[in-house]
Amino acid sequence: MNSETLNTLNSYSKNKYKYGFVTEIDDEKPKKGLNEDTIKFISLKKKEPEWMLAWRLKAYSKWKKMKEPKWANLSFPEIDYQDIYYYSAPKGFEKKPKDLSEVDPKLIETYNKLGIPLEEQKVLSGVAVDVVFDSVSVATTYKGELEKLGIIFCSIGEAIQKHPNLIKKYLGSVIPPGDHSFSALNSAVFTDGSFVYIPEGVKCPMELSTYFRINAENTGQFERTLIIADKGSYVSYLEGCTAPKRDDNQLHAANVELIALEDAEIKYSTVQNWYPGDEDGKGGIYNFVTKRGLCAGKNSKISWTQVETGSAITWKYPSCILKGDNSIGEFYSVAITNNFQQADTGTKMTHIGKNTKSKIISKGISLGKSQNTYRGEVSFLRKADKARNYTQCDSLLVGNQCGAHTVPYIDSKNNTAVIEHEASTSKINEDQLYYCRQRGLSHEEAVSLIVNGFCKQVLQELPMEFAVEAQKLVSISLEGSVG
Amino acid sequence: MFLEIKDLSVKIENKNILKSLNLNINKGEVHAIMGPNGSGKSTLANVLAGKEDYEILNGRINFKDNDLFDLNIEERAQEGMFLAFQYPVEIPGVNITPFLHSAINSKRKRMNEEEIDNLSFAKLLKSKASDLGINIDMLKRSVNTGFSGGEKKRYEILQMSILNPDLAILDETDSGLDIDALKIVTDGVNKLKTKDNSFLIITHYQKLLDYIKPDYVHVMVNGSIVKSGGSEIAAEIEKDGFQKFQ
Repeated sequence: MNSETLNTLNSYSKNKYKYGFVTEIDDEKPKKGLNEDTIKFISLKKKEPEWMLAWRLKAYSKWKKMKEPKWANLSFPEIDYQDIYYYSAPKGFEKKPKDLSEVDPKLIETYNKLGIPLEEQKVLSGVAVDVVFDSVSVATTYKGELEKLGIIFCSIGEAIQKHPNLIKKYLGSVIPPGDHSFSALNSAVFTDGSFVYIPEGVKCPMELSTYFRINAENTGQFERTLIIADKGSYVSYLEGCTAPKRDDNQLHAANVELIALEDAEIKYSTVQNWYPGDEDGKGGIYNFVTKRGLCAGKNSKISWTQVETGSAITWKYPSCILKGDNSIGEFYSVAITNNFQQADTGTKMTHIGKNTKSKIISKGISLGKSQNTYRGEVSFLRKADKARNYTQCDSLLVGNQCGAHTVPYIDSKNNTAVIEHEASTSKINEDQLYYCRQRGLSHEEAVSLIVNGFCKQVLQELPMEFAVEAQKLVSISLEGSVG
Repeated sequence: MFLEIKDLSVKIENKNILKSLNLNINKGEVHAIMGPNGSGKSTLANVLAGKEDYEILNGRINFKDNDLFDLNIEERAQEGMFLAFQYPVEIPGVNITPFLHSAINSKRKRMNEEEIDNLSFAKLLKSKASDLGINIDMLKRSVNTGFSGGEKKRYEILQMSILNPDLAILDETDSGLDIDALKIVTDGVNKLKTKDNSFLIITHYQKLLDYIKPDYVHVMVNGSIVKSGGSEIAAEIEKDGFQKFQ
């Protein structure tokens, strides 16, 4: 163990001690509800500079005047923003499970199915200190290696303090706080998230993942992630992990901003498996996420890959603004909804520069009584000469109580643009099931095989290790839905 | 008795297809069923495999000491029943290797045999494919996807040779094949034949039986077997058609 790791361990254990045994623990939480005092409290707790607080308050004043966007094909009760805690520092420390026996057995079952080792299971369920130590040490070891290359990978809170110039320049530059009410809300109250900066010409040698970071620092429900790839650099970033994370609160409103400068490439992969609610549609996370990437420079590329299997409601449109000439935007998506889940997801590709290209591959799978919508917007601005888009949206229905919807918008102000669009909706084919079963596969194995085949185009875009877990996750999401 | 079909009557959507059908097959025998279109040949194949669209009105089927109706589709397959489909369905995105690997292991599991690992399976698949003159590149494609009719049928025979069934049912495997493809397919069947397995070959034409010599030929008309005998019956049909049996 190197000295850096030891330092981290020490500081961590001190923190833990301090938080674990302070009696006035309630003071760590602000009162429920959202007002200027809440935001001042958050900013103070995070020891933020004055300009950051001003930025938050400005976003808040915008939010107050805004209404939630209503375009999505979703139905849910009105969100009471005054009934939510916006900050809880030692989140769950006092009610953290002591060992795995205190963790919901259903959760453990899922971990086992995913083949997650026991030690990792403990980390994921937020159990023991020693295991968290392991994870911290891994995180810091990586950190040292990355620092040598000039790569910055830290929490957004740390970045606000240590790299104010980058934050001032880029935060909110792709998703302005006033974009819509969820982005304004996030800008006002975000408490954590990741910050990545890849310097000019550097190819990041490993997949960066929130996984290690989150375990060390407890990400809140309003995450803010900012990734900047400087000229000629490359980074692949993995978000989340494939295990279900539970949360006390129901509302998640994350913002993710990506900026790719000239010749830079960012690959962003997500496997989202938040708690989807139970078989009767009770509980579950409302996931309102804004993800947007700016291909700022010439020949830059941003590629989004997502596998969405969780959440009661998913509202998410990872998008690309193709500003630099010859820049490329890609969106690969698998969205699986089961039981009473609702997903309204897709992308926006905005072609501004010349010869810009975008590609959209969306696979929606609906089971149970769920509703699954692809919503996409491809637009070509006046100067986007010879820009191209290819869109393919396929929907697969399993059973006859679910719904699949495709809502593609296309808007072209340049008559040299080339647009191709393909869409299909099919039911899971009885002949395919019969064929598989005649070879000796069970009904469930057959469905899982066929659905995985249906998603293959997208799954193969994921980094290798992730792809294997995603496949397993797809199979688990289908469980209990056939028979 | 290896396979015993007794007094079998079956209907689908209010239409009686099989009517008091009887058929016995012993280990090591090759049986051919011939009949005009619509006589119920394919229905018989699907009822044996366990397809769920049919209503069994009467009769019973025994297969290797099991009441066949107690077993579902996959259990029958795992017990050693294989159906080479007339129209093999395409399964996009699903590669043959993991597909067949899962299939063979589910069968081994039922038989309490050790599962076969990735590497040994890949070797087995390759060697069987080259035996059947199947290009290795074809193994990289998705199951049946974008295959020609002939390729699909060869692919069925490849699967059959991997799964090594006790009873193989070939449903009009010869349809849509040119003479070269027919030779490859029938060669494959002849190689697989042992004294321990049995074949039920369903065909419309006598051509197939030039390459696979059946021990018994049955004529099926209007849902029942109306005549059984040796290969001389096939010659009779070749000459006079099915007219005289109707």
